[in-house]
Amino acid sequence: MNEIAAKRSIGGYVPMVDGPDKVSGRAKYTADFATPGALAGRMYRSPYSHAEIVELDVSAALRLPGVVAVVTGADCDKTHGVLPVARSEYPMARERVRYRGEPVAAVAAVDEAVAEKAVSLIRMRVRELPAYYSAAAAKAQGATDLHAHRPHNIERDVLFELGSVAQGFAEAALVREESYFCAEVCQNQMEMHAALAEYDPVRERMTVHASTQVPYYVHLMLARILDMDASRIRVIKPHVGGGFGCRTEALNVELIAALLARKAGRAVRMVLTREETFITHRGRPETEIRLKMGLTKEGRITAVECECYQRGGAHSGYGIVTILYSGSMLYAIYDIHNVKYIGARVLTNTPPCGAFRGHGTVDVRFAFEALLDEMAGELGLDPFAVRRANLLTAPTFTDNDLMINSYGLPECLDWVEQASGWKERKGRLPRGKGLGLACSHYISGASRPVNWTGEPHATVKLKLDFDGSIVLLTGAAEIGQGSSTVLVQTVADVLGLEMARIRIVSGDSDVVPKDNGSYSSRVTFMVGNAAIEAAENLKKILVAAAARKLEARPDDIECLGELYRAGAQDKGVSFNDVVTEALKENGTITVSGNFSTIRASHGGKKYRGAAIGGTMGYSYAAQVVEVSVDEETGVVTVDKVWVAHDCGKALNRLTVEGQVQGSVWMGMGQALSEESGYHDGLMVTANMLDYRVPTIQDSPPIEVHIVESNDPYGPFGAKEAGEGSLAGFLPALTNAVADAVGLRLHELPATPDRVFAVLEKRRRAAGAPSSASRKAAAVPAAGRAARG
Amino acid sequence: MARLLNVTLNGRRRTDAVEDNVLLLDYLREIAGLTGTKTGCDGGECGACTVLIDDTPTLSCLTLAALAEGRRVDTVEGLAQGGRLSSVQRGFHEKLGAQCGYCTPGLIMASEGLLRRNAHPSEADIRAALGSNICRCTGYVKIIEAVQHAAELRARGEAA
Repeated sequence: MNEIAAKRSIGGYVPMVDGPDKVSGRAKYTADFATPGALAGRMYRSPYSHAEIVELDVSAALRLPGVVAVVTGADCDKTHGVLPVARSEYPMARERVRYRGEPVAAVAAVDEAVAEKAVSLIRMRVRELPAYYSAAAAKAQGATDLHAHRPHNIERDVLFELGSVAQGFAEAALVREESYFCAEVCQNQMEMHAALAEYDPVRERMTVHASTQVPYYVHLMLARILDMDASRIRVIKPHVGGGFGCRTEALNVELIAALLARKAGRAVRMVLTREETFITHRGRPETEIRLKMGLTKEGRITAVECECYQRGGAHSGYGIVTILYSGSMLYAIYDIHNVKYIGARVLTNTPPCGAFRGHGTVDVRFAFEALLDEMAGELGLDPFAVRRANLLTAPTFTDNDLMINSYGLPECLDWVEQASGWKERKGRLPRGKGLGLACSHYISGASRPVNWTGEPHATVKLKLDFDGSIVLLTGAAEIGQGSSTVLVQTVADVLGLEMARIRIVSGDSDVVPKDNGSYSSRVTFMVGNAAIEAAENLKKILVAAAARKLEARPDDIECLGELYRAGAQDKGVSFNDVVTEALKENGTITVSGNFSTIRASHGGKKYRGAAIGGTMGYSYAAQVVEVSVDEETGVVTVDKVWVAHDCGKALNRLTVEGQVQGSVWMGMGQALSEESGYHDGLMVTANMLDYRVPTIQDSPPIEVHIVESNDPYGPFGAKEAGEGSLAGFLPALTNAVADAVGLRLHELPATPDRVFAVLEKRRRAAGAPSSASRKAAAVPAAGRAARG
Repeated sequence: MARLLNVTLNGRRRTDAVEDNVLLLDYLREIAGLTGTKTGCDGGECGACTVLIDDTPTLSCLTLAALAEGRRVDTVEGLAQGGRLSSVQRGFHEKLGAQCGYCTPGLIMASEGLLRRNAHPSEADIRAALGSNICRCTGYVKIIEAVQHAAELRARGEAA
C-alpha cells in the first residue's frame, strides 16, 4: 500500500488556476460581457489644458436620435480621490478644466457611432488660463493655482533630516552631487479601461463591472459619487488585463459609466480607446532629482541629501503617498544615517499621475544606485564591494523607524556576481560592451492602508459543504499576478489537500469579503496570512470531527489531507467522512481568517507622513545587466540580465519567476524607450507606436534566482515578488553603459537620441569633429583607463 | 450595405449578414460572439486581435470581415479539440506564457501560425514571428519557453 501523505503545493512550479480560461479565450474581461440592450457610453474631453468653463452646451447632443442620456459636471458635485485627505477630482470637470483630455461630459446612446456623433455636437466656451507643463513652471512665483486649496501648486512638500548631513559630509572622504531626470511613464496595460454599469431603477440598485485592481475602493467611490447607500451597489471585478498601478483607485470611466447608467435607467458599457486609456494615466511622474552623497574611502555611506520634484498632473491621486515613498524608501536597503530629504509633488496641467509599479521608489533608486556606482569608481572600489560595505543586519529598525525582519540582499549580491561572471568579465569586455550592477527593494503591502478603518487588513472566508469541496472567498483582485493561484495553494497546503478540492471566488462584492485590493504588493503577504488562518480554523473543525468519529482526542489526530487518523497504526477515516461528521452540528461550515499588521511595522512619527514606507516585510533584489552600446548611433542593446530576488519564500516558483522577469523588463522599458510626450498639454504619445514598449525582438534573456530569507511574519516565510526588481534595472543599465563607453547617463530613458547627444558632447569636448569616428571617441574615461 | 458573408470559422461554415465596413474583429466579437479575440489598441499597434486566415496570422482590427469571404478563419476558441487544450495553449498555460491573459489569444494565434509553417522554430524564428505582438506582463521570456514547449508537445504527438 502506498504511504498516504498530505499534499504539498507550496514551493512548486504551479501553473495558474485560471490559466485554462485565459489560453482558451473563455476568460471574460469587462468589455466581453454581452449585455443585450446595453447603451454605448462615450466621453467629451477637454480640448484645453487649463480654462474656466463659461458655457457647456449639450442640447444638440441630447436632440440627436438614439441618444438616451447626457451627463456633465452639473450631474455630480461630489469629488473623488483615493486618499481621504486629497479628494479634489470631479468625475467630470465643473467650472474649470485642468488638463487636455479631462472628462467634461458623457453620452449614452444606442450604439458607438451615435454616441461618437453626439459627443462631436457638444460645445464648450471657455476663458483660457495659463497652463503649466513642468513642475518648475507650476511652482514658479506668480503662477496661477490649479486648485484654490493648494497654494503655489504644491500638492505636498516633505522635509526631514534624520541625523546630521553636515556632519556626515564632513566625515566623508568623497562627496559628490549630481542631478538626475526621469521622464514620465505609463503603465500601458494591455486591456483598455472599461466599465459596464447596470442600473435597476425599480430596485434602485447599481451593478458595475470594472477593470480594476481595487474593487473595494471603486465601491466606496461609487457610493460617494452617486450619493447612494453602499449597500445598493455591487462591484464585480472580472478578469483584468493588467494593472501595474494605474487601476489602484477608482477611475473616471467607472464613475461616469455609473452616472450615465443611472440617468438612462439602463445598462451602459463604456470601453475607452487606447488613447483615452493613456490619458486616464496614473503613471509615474516626470521626476527631477538632486542627490548628494558622502562616502568614506572604504565606501561606507556617511550622508545622503536628496531633493525630488515630481510633476504630478492636475489632480492628487496617490501623489502625497508617492512623494513620501520617494523619501522614506531611501532607507531600508542599506545601513544609512544622516539623511536629508526635500520633496515636492507639484500640480501641473497634465493628466494625473498615480501609483506605477515600484511606487515612488524607482526614480530615486535610479539616482541613488547610479551615484553610488560612480563614486565607487572614483574611489577605486568594486561596485559589489561598495554595496557590501553598507549592508544592514536584520532584524533592525531604520532611522525612520521602518522595521526589517529578513534581509536576503547579501545572497542576492553573491548570486548575481557569480552568475554574471563579474569577477572574470568586468573590465575585460570589448569596448562598447559593459556590465552594470544595482540593488533595489520594495514593501510587502503598506502596514497602514490608505483607507484606515480599523478592520483587519485582510479577511478570507472558506465554505465547506456536503460535496467536500472548499470554496475560498476573497476580495483579492486577480489581475494576472497569480493571487488566486497562490491563495488556493495556501489553503490546499495547510489542509494537505489537492488544489483541485479548492475553488476560488474573487471579485464580486455580493459574495466575497472586502479586500483593499491588489496594490503595493500586499496580497501574498496579507491575504496569504489570512488564508493560512482560515485554513487552520477549518482544520481545527475537521480534526475535532475526526476525533469524534475515531473516538480519540483531537491532539492525537493526524491530518493527511484525504485521510485523518489517530496515529500511524490507525486506518483512519476519509476526508469525505470527516466532512459528513463535521456538518452534523450546524450544516454548511464557513470559517474566517484575518490578518492585521503589527504596530511596530507602522513606521514612525519623526516627520509628517513617516508612516509611509512601513511594511512587515521588504523584498530585496540585485541585478547585473549586460549591454552593448553602438557609439555611432547611440543605440543601447540589453544582451542579458541576471537578477536575484529575495521574496522570503517562493510559494509558487513559476509565478515568482514570471513576476521578477516582468518587473525587470518593465524597468527596461522605462530605462530605454518609454516616455510620454506632450505638445501644449496634448499627450502626443498616446498610442503603442509612439509610446515605445519593448517588443520581443528588443527583450533580453532574464535569468532569475530566487533567494529565500524566510521572513518571520510572511506566509510560509514569503514576501513580495512583483515589484522589487523593477527599480534596480534603471541604474544597472546606466552603470553598464558607463562600463561600456565610460559615460554616465543622468537622464532616462536612454533613447538613441539622448545617448547620441551625450556621446557627441564628449567628442566635442575632446576636440574631435562632431562626426567623430570610433577612434576619436576612444578618450579614456574614469574607470576605463584602468582597464589596461 | 450588408451582404452575406460565408466563412469557415473554427472549422464550421457559417453565413451572416455583415455590413461592408465591419472589421473582422468586430464581426468575430459582436456577430459571432467570439470574445476571445481582443481589442488592445486603436488599430494595428499591439497584435492582441491576431487571428489566422487560411493559416496566416492576420490583424483582425485592420481587416474587413468581407475580405474573409470563402476563407478559413481560426480564433483562439477553435484550438482546443475534444476538450483538450492544444499544444500552444498548453505551452502558454504550463510555462506561464500568460499572466493577465489579455494579449494571450493574439500571441497564441501568432504562435499557432508559426508552428503550422515551421514545426521546429529556432528562438530567432519565434522572436521574428511574435515581433508585432506586445505583452506587458511577462517580459517575453516565458512566452519563448511556451512556444518551444508547444513545438515539443507537437513533435512528440502529445497535443494538436
